[in-house]
Amino acid sequence: MTEKAVIVAHSGDLDKIYSALILGNGALSMGMEASIFFTFWGLQCLKKGGLGKGPLSRMNLLGLGKWMVKSRMKKANVASLEKLMNDYKELGGKVIACEMTMEIMGIKEEELNSEWIDEYGAVGTYIMEAKDAKITLFI
Amino acid sequence: MTETNIDVRGQTCPVPLVECRKAIRKASPGDEIIIQGTHPASKKEIPMACEAMGIEVVEVDETDDKEWKIRIKR
Repeated sequence: MTEKAVIVAHSGDLDKIYSALILGNGALSMGMEASIFFTFWGLQCLKKGGLGKGPLSRMNLLGLGKWMVKSRMKKANVASLEKLMNDYKELGGKVIACEMTMEIMGIKEEELNSEWIDEYGAVGTYIMEAKDAKITLFI
Repeated sequence: MTETNIDVRGQTCPVPLVECRKAIRKASPGDEIIIQGTHPASKKEIPMACEAMGIEVVEVDETDDKEWKIRIKR
């Protein structure tokens, strides 16, 4: 059986969504399977146009910090979140959207980028995904 | 048998690894892929990924100080 990495993307902060997608792509690139479970603030990133909407986890400075980090990333030629998500999907990465978060936050399926989402699920889905995973992370 | 060239010079983590993986998925057994890049960590990590997937690394050319070229065989 192919080894698997399962990541919980709980945070919607820009830097942490970068981490989740880089790790997911990294796992796929090393020949593993990967799943990312988007929940709470992380789920906001699956909304249409929401991928890079989050603030920085530190030094956001009302958006000034985020602007500075983004311009530094551009200079360093770091891939955009859209490219990372598209690559993740192209390499067979799985995206799971948390149904409870949708209920709590009143998010409807049609507000989400449904072409990215493979499955809607809750804690049981995550546990079943993670129980035979080699790597599992909470971000 | 085909040969695919991938140019990831100037690209940073995780793009060289991802582009390599994409090319491997598209290749047929026996096909060769040549990846050219500048990202230092990927020079080590692409052969690591190939080893993990049981793919042969034919050659790692690092004659240039900043650039490397890796030839792999699906």
